[in-house]
Amino acid sequence: MLRALVVMPLLAAGILGIFGRRWSERVIAAIGCGSVGLSMLLALYAFIELWRLPPEHRVIHEPFFSWIAVGSLQVDWGFHLDALSGVYILFVTFVGFWIHVFSVGYMRGDPGYARFFAYMNLFMFMMLVLVLADNFLVMFVGWEGVGLCSYLLIGYYFDRAYAASAAKKAFIVNRIGDFGFALGIILIFATFGTLRFSEVMGIIAARFPEPEALGEIGLLTTIALLLFVGATGKSAQIPLHVWLPDAMAGPTPVSALIHAATMVTAGVYMIARCSELYARSLTALFLIAFVGALTALFAATIGLAQWNIKKVLAYSTISQLGYMFLACGVGAFSAAIFHVVTHAFFKAVLFLGAGSVIVALHHEEDMRRMGGLKRFMPLTYGTMLCGWLAIAGLPPFSGFFSKDEILWRTWTSPTVPEPWGRLLWGMGFATAILTAIYMTRLIVVTFDGQERFALLTEGQGSTALTPHESPRVMTIPLLVLAALSIGGGWIGLSEAYTGGRVANWFEQFIGPALASPPVHPDHLSALGEEPGHGMELGLAAATVLAVLAALLGARRFYRRDPLRRVPALLENKYYVDELYDALFVRPLVRGSTVFLWRVFDVTIIDGMVNGVAASVAACAAVLRRLQTGLVRSYVVMIAIGALIVLGYFIFVGGRIPIR
Amino acid sequence: MIPISWYLAVAAVLFTIGTVTVFVKRNAIAMLLGIEVMLNAANLTLVTFSSYFRELAGQIMVFFVMVVAAAEAAVGLAIVILLFRHRETLNVDEAQALRL
Repeated sequence: MLRALVVMPLLAAGILGIFGRRWSERVIAAIGCGSVGLSMLLALYAFIELWRLPPEHRVIHEPFFSWIAVGSLQVDWGFHLDALSGVYILFVTFVGFWIHVFSVGYMRGDPGYARFFAYMNLFMFMMLVLVLADNFLVMFVGWEGVGLCSYLLIGYYFDRAYAASAAKKAFIVNRIGDFGFALGIILIFATFGTLRFSEVMGIIAARFPEPEALGEIGLLTTIALLLFVGATGKSAQIPLHVWLPDAMAGPTPVSALIHAATMVTAGVYMIARCSELYARSLTALFLIAFVGALTALFAATIGLAQWNIKKVLAYSTISQLGYMFLACGVGAFSAAIFHVVTHAFFKAVLFLGAGSVIVALHHEEDMRRMGGLKRFMPLTYGTMLCGWLAIAGLPPFSGFFSKDEILWRTWTSPTVPEPWGRLLWGMGFATAILTAIYMTRLIVVTFDGQERFALLTEGQGSTALTPHESPRVMTIPLLVLAALSIGGGWIGLSEAYTGGRVANWFEQFIGPALASPPVHPDHLSALGEEPGHGMELGLAAATVLAVLAALLGARRFYRRDPLRRVPALLENKYYVDELYDALFVRPLVRGSTVFLWRVFDVTIIDGMVNGVAASVAACAAVLRRLQTGLVRSYVVMIAIGALIVLGYFIFVGGRIPIR
Repeated sequence: MIPISWYLAVAAVLFTIGTVTVFVKRNAIAMLLGIEVMLNAANLTLVTFSSYFRELAGQIMVFFVMVVAAAEAAVGLAIVILLFRHRETLNVDEAQALRL
């Protein structure tokens, strides 16, 4: 069942990749969406199977085939379904399916239609491998596989220079993270002698009862930090966040599927999968929480000042991923996964909505050339509004429940030292307000006010453009996902809202698959004290009020002048790209040119190759004198040779073997 | 029964004849003939020892030699024909265009 679920998209990807070019768009779309749809149904079935098991035994393990068996290194392909991967396959295939359907309309008329769906299906396969892997190495295969598909799809328009270089950038930045991840895997094998998640986590739980203290760099902390380096790369956290905004060069459904809903949350998934490990290192947890909160705040400020509609959403994704890491860092793994799920819904809506707008304006992505679109595209506008309220975190939209859970867990976190819980909460709170502001800006600038697209196209001498609502194949996915971004949050309703009568369903379901957070010495005295529901409700109310104020304030502010100037520092993303360019890229290019090329390559490498050729020529000049051209001299040489062989056997005594 | 040395002697004589032919003749066809004689001398030795040691491997080997000899003769004669067409001669000493 799990095998079929995983292999289905791979099959479709192979078929489309080989034969797709000759088929009509209708057939390609049917295969591309059909395979993911089947996967979705199988995932639902698998999830229900899992559901029916008793809570403490909710694991389905399915071996696939034996992969590597060298000495003590035993790696098998096996699929491991527990509450964590169950949640993941469900939303990955679900959101994936609807984004595939959306793409049917979005990519219409594109010459690379089959290639696009082949890559998308390959991505679904790799993502499912990543999520269902039962050991680190197979997970790494999926991890690299989704990276490859991300590269292929960012560079989908490979005839545009910026897309090709954005793809390379994504791939190379991810390599840095993957280097850390690979080192972590090697260290795990060297230490524990196995790569199976269940075995590694079992050994950790048995051998290390106490977490490593803050500031102590022990074995577990080293492994945890190395793996976290991988997570920062894939999930675009500081300092490896630079690739994600550029990744928007790909088609918009790709941004929705890979660079918002699924792949970029792989880092969060990996940390949750290894929660047993992370729960034993207060240092790693603190660093994760800090990096997460910092990224959330940092990306949100940049999001305030971008003009490209997709770039705003990209920074918003980075910011929301920061929230997820913050949640992991404060030990609230289930809240992190909850936010992954709700974020997948509302960010997919926002991206697909942006895609719908972009298509309507003939591939215009600059918000300065939009405006007034709500009259033309009411459905897109309506669904975008749902996404907007969900990401801003207003109840009862889904984002509210998960974001509020994260903020509350940060406030009461047992893992970080004393004032930090409040500080990190403050950063999260500020991010929530900034989120409300930049999303309001996006909505207002795109959909409200003057119609700026007409003016600009007229100036270029083309006929005035009237945007149309997208076809149904694009609006239905929008509606489905919008419905989920409204209602999806109720699965994780905090018990504070029912006064403790109804337990948090999501947390109860996923809890057994995750580790409970360690306790920092500062919080030992407070252990066992339950922070009151009243406090939780109070903080939630404060956040909601602040967000609401920000929302309304930003609405008035941007309505008055949508195109008001933005700070150059923010518009240029704090010059991080320029900094990396000066620090790493240019020295590397210079070193390669001056030393590696002009010195090493020209003198040493070329010298070696030319030297071999010259010595062969010199030998040949001598040896060619043997070729006299006289048949009878050859005869003599053969005879002499035969005599030498014969003489060897007669005089030197090599016995001719006769039985 | 004829002693084994007689067979070997005949083979040795044949081999010598073949060798000398190859050495002294300049006619390409004669040289090929000499090679054939040498091969058959070797065949004779193989068959002799084969029957002497009651061991079939030698005789099987002979078949291989025959096949190779046939192939060699076919290629060799083809070369000789081409040589004659181009040079109107069978003298191998005159075929030295590849000489440096």
